[in-house]
Amino acid sequence: MEMTLDHITHRYGDMTVLDDVSLRIPAGEILCVIGPSGCGKSTLLRLLGGLETPDEGRVLQLGEPPSDCLNPLTYVFQDFALLPWRSVAGNVSLVLEDHGLGRAARRGIVADVLARTGLGDFHDALPRQLSGGMKQRVAIARALAVNPAVLLLDEPLSALDAQTRELLMEDLVSLWTRVPFTGVYVTHNLAEAVRLGHRIAVLSRRPGRLRDLVEIDLPLAERRPGHPALEAVQAQLWSLIREEAQAADKELADA
Amino acid sequence: MPEAQAARAVPFRGGGFRPVAKRGIGLAVFAVLLLVIEWGTRAGWISNLTLPRPSDVGATLVELWQSGMLVSHMTPSLTRLVVGSLMGVSAGIALGLAIGLFSYARAGLVPLVSALFPIPKIALLPLFVIWFGIDEGSKYALIALGTFTPTVVATFGAVDNVDRGLIRMGQSFGLRWTSIVGKIVLPGALPGILSGLRVSLAIGIILLVAAEMLGAEHGIGAYILQAGSLYDLERLFAGVVILSALGVLVSWGIGLIEKRLLRWRS
Repeated sequence: MEMTLDHITHRYGDMTVLDDVSLRIPAGEILCVIGPSGCGKSTLLRLLGGLETPDEGRVLQLGEPPSDCLNPLTYVFQDFALLPWRSVAGNVSLVLEDHGLGRAARRGIVADVLARTGLGDFHDALPRQLSGGMKQRVAIARALAVNPAVLLLDEPLSALDAQTRELLMEDLVSLWTRVPFTGVYVTHNLAEAVRLGHRIAVLSRRPGRLRDLVEIDLPLAERRPGHPALEAVQAQLWSLIREEAQAADKELADA
Repeated sequence: MPEAQAARAVPFRGGGFRPVAKRGIGLAVFAVLLLVIEWGTRAGWISNLTLPRPSDVGATLVELWQSGMLVSHMTPSLTRLVVGSLMGVSAGIALGLAIGLFSYARAGLVPLVSALFPIPKIALLPLFVIWFGIDEGSKYALIALGTFTPTVVATFGAVDNVDRGLIRMGQSFGLRWTSIVGKIVLPGALPGILSGLRVSLAIGIILLVAAEMLGAEHGIGAYILQAGSLYDLERLFAGVVILSALGVLVSWGIGLIEKRLLRWRS
């Protein structure tokens, strides 16, 4: 399933956060969205998943999601959003319980996605017992369980330390390599963007406009930290947003 | 590097400000207090008119138990407390949830609850006697109303404190409204509701005694009132001890429920 943002403008009160943004999200590719803080990246993602409606413009989905898809537009949140009173399996099962699946079918799906994310041994663990990386793996497993047509990732690795982030990036790459999914990956981390993005959309400072769309041809599986081609793209991206990031940094929150 | 510099250990200055569980201290304080009173009443520097002898109060309690009067006073009291607070607490949780979930309920009912909260419910007892009769009805109503208001306030506060991120997650996965309320909002609000329950039930015990003092033949409140009007300090204190024990028992019970239902917390 493909998605299109068609001349999106969005305001919070008097403040325009997104100004005339048009973007195409082709099926089977990961689109990274980067930009300085407060540029409306997360708003863009909320609009895509229908958690907010744009003031102007339209969010379109082209084509039908596959029939076995339980929740076409599925989020992975920065803060994991796991229910602390449910076990790992319970958290995954939560999103399957409203779809009239039998107990056995639910168990099968839960076991499958936990195995795919390397969580098979943590079936009955509670979120408080898990490290940040494991919690985010649970959230990814939960997202995979509903067989999404488009995965919407909202800075999924920002709350993790550098080593864990590296491990989870490898996990995401191998998940995509096995079964390519459509993804929108919002981040402020340029290294993540060049590792995971087939295309990278660069947003400007508030009001967020689309400044550039950078394409990287290198297959995901061949991308390594410190790869010269990626370093070059990362430098190019940094030169695009450096000044804006500086200006955004000096901005007063309510000015 | 300059040689022969004296090495000193860095002084520790990070202690204190952290409560540590100390077992038995609470009991020791009780025991010391009782022993001092016992000693004072025996030695005569506490007059018999000021405080009864703890050992006499104990003897009264034993006698109360042996004569079967304890059961005949406790049974109606506990029934009133259980029925009244069950009505008040369940209505309070239901209304608190409604206020937490629906903007109209919040706008309409929060001022009403705020108006009801500070009324000393005991002042309404004569009115309740007219409305519900002098028998059990008025006592149930008094306890129900007394436990109702703090439960409402605790419940909608707890619902307000449920992580909005979790609710947004539920919505983004297309969960049904009933699922979001039942599987996310209610369990998330449970800690707040249970700690509100401690307050509500303590108020329930206070109102129980008040209700029994105004027109009841049996019950702890009636027993204390009788003893007080005869200036029988031993019996009065025996009644107070029973009430304290009831309070401790209720608090312990809620602690047990918390341990069971909130295992996920710590």
